[in-house]
Amino acid sequence: MISTFLSALMLFQQAPKQGVDWDKEFGVEERVRDPETGEFPVDPYDQDNANAGAQPFEGERLAEAFGGREGIQRIAERTVELSEADPRIADIFVAHDMVRLKRTLGEQFCYLLNAGCDYSGRDMRTAHAGMGVKKADLNALVENLQLAMGEADVPFAAQNKLLSKLAPMSRDVIER
Amino acid sequence: MKSILPFPICLTLIAVHAPLQAEDIEWFEGDKLVLTNGVSTVEGTSGGGLATWSTIAGRELENGIGASAHVTVIELPDYGWQSHGVSIGVLNRVELSYARQNFDTRDVGTALGLGQGFTLNQDIYGAKVRLFGDIVYGDPHVPQISIGVEHKRNLDGPVALAVGAQDDEGTDYTVSATKLFLRQSLLVNATVRYTEANQLGLLGFGSAAGEGYSLEFEGSVAYQLSRRAVIGAELRTKPDNLGLGEDDWFDLFAAYAVTDNVTLTAAYVDLGSIATFEDQRGAFLSAQLAF
Ligand code: HEM
Repeated sequence: MISTFLSALMLFQQAPKQGVDWDKEFGVEERVRDPETGEFPVDPYDQDNANAGAQPFEGERLAEAFGGREGIQRIAERTVELSEADPRIADIFVAHDMVRLKRTLGEQFCYLLNAGCDYSGRDMRTAHAGMGVKKADLNALVENLQLAMGEADVPFAAQNKLLSKLAPMSRDVIER
Repeated sequence: MKSILPFPICLTLIAVHAPLQAEDIEWFEGDKLVLTNGVSTVEGTSGGGLATWSTIAGRELENGIGASAHVTVIELPDYGWQSHGVSIGVLNRVELSYARQNFDTRDVGTALGLGQGFTLNQDIYGAKVRLFGDIVYGDPHVPQISIGVEHKRNLDGPVALAVGAQDDEGTDYTVSATKLFLRQSLLVNATVRYTEANQLGLLGFGSAAGEGYSLEFEGSVAYQLSRRAVIGAELRTKPDNLGLGEDDWFDLFAAYAVTDNVTLTAAYVDLGSIATFEDQRGAFLSAQLAF
């Protein structure tokens, strides 16, 4: 809405002066990907495993069912890829840093499944603030995660165990 | 005869009161996770086949309108029972349902002097409101809770009265709690039903001898084998207002979502004694189409 309004407004303006750095004029900071990680910087926050939003499982059996640390990372990446390509929810993902999300979502799953990771991302409320996520979007994401876990041959009961950690986080993810 | 109309209408008003613009409302988008809308019961409500759950029919969530339709046949040693119906789910808040039950008495009809293949018919109008909670999400200790009414009109009043019932129409009131315990892959439902129905109303309501409403229980446990397949068991207690030895009901079921919209349910049901004909155990088959 606002952008349509602004572009309409622009049409009525006189032709802009040449050589003006409009990003600078409007105080827009150019986002540059970190050359090492390939991620955009985010606002500072306290890193803490508590940000993962749930206590991890105990024991190693579950992590094995997910193919260990690498298997889990692949599932997280596949879930993000499926979601980026999913017409139901792609719009929510486009403006965000998928390089980072693949890493932090993988860490979260790995931490919760007790596969030997720490979670370095933001808490769920902060990470999804202002996104306008609805329950239907959450269901779409769950279906993509189920697809990714299915492709990795994770047994259904084990899939549900991971979902049992994630489902209660709906309270922080869904817009009220 | 009391009229049932005001109650569903006021329930619908509660839902419509939600702050939604007309253009935001979706029709038949299919937003629910597959199978989380349950399967139609023989009374037309959404649930597990015999037991009503706190689910709202159809596959829509808080911004949509969904619908479902079902056909069920129950093949018993002495009877053939068929039900079909439709329901709509508004904003995952209100469910309105209608079901018709046709209960073929076959040879029993002759024995009871009704005539060979005499069929008892009943219409059931239901309304259910989800009060709070979510089957899948939110606090894992808080189930989805709904309350419902089912107004039943037995279309063979004279038979119902002849077997000793007080009335040929009655209303059931239900409170249901349902939760999917993902960690165990188990969906659990508990429903309390305040009812005076004899054999769900097919034999009328209450008794001329003064028996009336009682609290009955409906429990279901379902294990998720996959996204599309569940197996489970149900128990439904029933009153014996007529003194004909009416039994509690029990079933073992398997449900499969052939597509996101079509669910087939097959069950072994034990309906006990019906109109003094005992051991009515048989097969339950149901197809549901939901959007
Ligand atoms: C319970 C369900 C969910 C969980 C456990 C979850 C988990 C996460 C995690 C761990 C992050 C990374 C935070 C960070 O890097 O600091 C994240 C970010 C994100 N999530 Fe979710 N998420 C859930 C639901 C959703 C849904 C339903 C959507 C949209 C359909 C969504 C879209 C996003 C987006 C776009 C980001 C990137 C945010 C950014 O980098 O600015 N998430 N989520």
